[in-house]
Amino acid sequence: MSTTKTLTLAKAINEGMRRSLETDPKVLLMGEDIGALGGVFRVTDGLQKDFGEDRVVDTPLAESGILGTAIGLALRGYRPVCEIQFDGFIFPAYDQITTQLAKMRYRSGGKLEVPVVVRVPFGGGIGAVEHHSESPEALFAHTAGLRVVSPSTPQDAFTMIQEAIASPDPVLFFEPKGRYWEKGEVDLGGRGEGARVLDRARVLRAGTDLTLVAYGPTVATALRAAAAAEQEGRSVEVVDLRSISPLDTATVVESVRRTGRCVVVHEAPSYLGAGAEVAARVTEECFYSLESPVLRVGGFHTPYPVAKIEHDYLPSLDRVLDAVDRAFAY
Amino acid sequence: MTDHDARSGASTPPDLPDLAGGPDDAPLIQLVTPAGARVTTPETDPYRERVAHLDAAALRGLYRDMVLTRRFDDEATALQRQGELGLFAQAKGQEAAQIGSGRALAAQDYVFPSYREHGVSHVRGIDTVDRLRLFRGVDHGGWDPTVHNVHLYTLVIGSHALHATGYAMGVQRDGLVGTGDPDRDTAVVAYFGDGATSQGDVNEALVFAAVNNAPVVFFCQNNQWAISEPTTKQTRVPLYRRGGGFGVPSVRVDGNDVLACYAVTAEALERARTGGGPTFVEAFTYRMGAHTTSDDPTRYRSRAQEDYWRRRDPIDRVEALLRAEGDWDDAYAAEVEAEAEALGERLRTETRALAAPPSQTMFENVYGTPHAVVETERAWFADYEESFAADDASGAHQEVAR
Repeated sequence: MSTTKTLTLAKAINEGMRRSLETDPKVLLMGEDIGALGGVFRVTDGLQKDFGEDRVVDTPLAESGILGTAIGLALRGYRPVCEIQFDGFIFPAYDQITTQLAKMRYRSGGKLEVPVVVRVPFGGGIGAVEHHSESPEALFAHTAGLRVVSPSTPQDAFTMIQEAIASPDPVLFFEPKGRYWEKGEVDLGGRGEGARVLDRARVLRAGTDLTLVAYGPTVATALRAAAAAEQEGRSVEVVDLRSISPLDTATVVESVRRTGRCVVVHEAPSYLGAGAEVAARVTEECFYSLESPVLRVGGFHTPYPVAKIEHDYLPSLDRVLDAVDRAFAY
Repeated sequence: MTDHDARSGASTPPDLPDLAGGPDDAPLIQLVTPAGARVTTPETDPYRERVAHLDAAALRGLYRDMVLTRRFDDEATALQRQGELGLFAQAKGQEAAQIGSGRALAAQDYVFPSYREHGVSHVRGIDTVDRLRLFRGVDHGGWDPTVHNVHLYTLVIGSHALHATGYAMGVQRDGLVGTGDPDRDTAVVAYFGDGATSQGDVNEALVFAAVNNAPVVFFCQNNQWAISEPTTKQTRVPLYRRGGGFGVPSVRVDGNDVLACYAVTAEALERARTGGGPTFVEAFTYRMGAHTTSDDPTRYRSRAQEDYWRRRDPIDRVEALLRAEGDWDDAYAAEVEAEAEALGERLRTETRALAAPPSQTMFENVYGTPHAVVETERAWFADYEESFAADDASGAHQEVAR
């Protein structure tokens, strides 16, 4: 019997959390407005009604408090899944995440475990006000002890949230909020593909001339760019990283050794972003295969701009294609 | 001023706020005066009941705990001066607050210490040498928290108040509050200082604890100094009043009175275990030593103030009580002294023997499951180290050395 359904990315995360709540009594959801309201994006819709206020917890409006108490709950054997309402609101919890959560296993010599998941709706393109469209993932990927991932499809969202919750390590789970309402087929039969996908990049579209590397919200942009490039006779491969920490370098390197060109796309500023790390590693490991330097398409080194001009800040289809053109110009 | 003048413990020390607070403040709970006399005022009745079972032998046990904690402190300070520790933070002067509160704990209770809770570590059975691993730089922790129910020392001020609160929320979900079984009902204690009360995390912890009615005791040792800043830089009101605004019952206790600290903690723990929720305790004490071995208190506080508090040493008060009640035992005191000597000798010998861990261990326990970046770097470092061994074997290293 088929268990495949068409779900939005938001609903796929909801279904994934429901599975985790059902299968592990130690799983808790914590966050602001996640109960009766179902979260400002409705990702936790209906879960408090079904699992009760002790397992789907409306917290005080204090992000450091959410993370700090989640760490305490994890030390007591629970698996808290914290929702940060918007990307730009995570910074009050930054100290607890980087100073405490990331280092607890290490400083205890492996005697303590803090399997906390931090869900962060991130990215722009939704016409929001200040602090509601940011992409701070590199800040967390730079901190050892954290895993940093971002799903790009409903199927991955369903699978990866369950794997994140089951992980013994803290996971920053960046949800592309601009893609929350995009639909896709989801196999609800289990965690999906079977083998762990949380930190495995995958080739979403095969190509021979250039590798486009993306994750989260820019994967769809990359796929559109690959389709457009095909019209011009260029065969573009698309790699969805899924994970920024760790980085599945092997999948990217294998691809670039075949294509000889690489462009990395993300919404976060290019400067010191995940793309810089990809570029450095590809350069080290694919040097003799490269036909052109690794190029990056990302946000600028400015604060996130006002909504009316955000389309010129974000890595649009045109800017990605422009980078593809430049890569072929060498 | 003589010791007898300080009988009430409420006279004003030089340069610092009055212990008694203002006319609107709650009384400072005291059960034994600095001169060693029992306080028998009616408002102390409920607290005296909580220590009524502590007989002369138990009091001598508290004296022993405090003396051993003091010796640990002195020896560790000396080891730092000899270059054996990178840093040390003394508990000196706070033994009554730590031993009194620590001895009120049940085995199943869980403690989140700051970094100078050596007296609490002592009563929870954490080995003296293990307590110095962090300060020697051979470990970031030093003991297994799950064995002693004592979390690792937290160095960033106030962060662990939230961990304690979250842990207490877990205890609630485990159904271990208000069962009526004193061997199962569980409380959590967060230890922090006066400076920490200014931190957002401590205030957020009070919010979370209050709205969840969490079984947690916030035990604030107001030692009057946050490195060089007096409490007047942290607050305009006595610190115990911080709890009230959050709806958390609060109490002020003479932090140099081990029996009073035991009593107020026992009361707070009972409230937590029986479902009464959190309590904020302000234990008014004094940091007799420096903040750490890197600090120089002569730059910011007077000798007169230190002398004032030296005359109120919490260990002297227990001795005075035992003598006043005819329970002082010279032979027992000599035994404790011998035990302290042995502790010091073991600490000197075994701390020096704590070796640096192999460098490769830096890659361990970063993650619970393999992480590609760490594994790649671990392998690179192993190869790098190996290359020196190969050089040595080929004689190349000696060539360079010449």
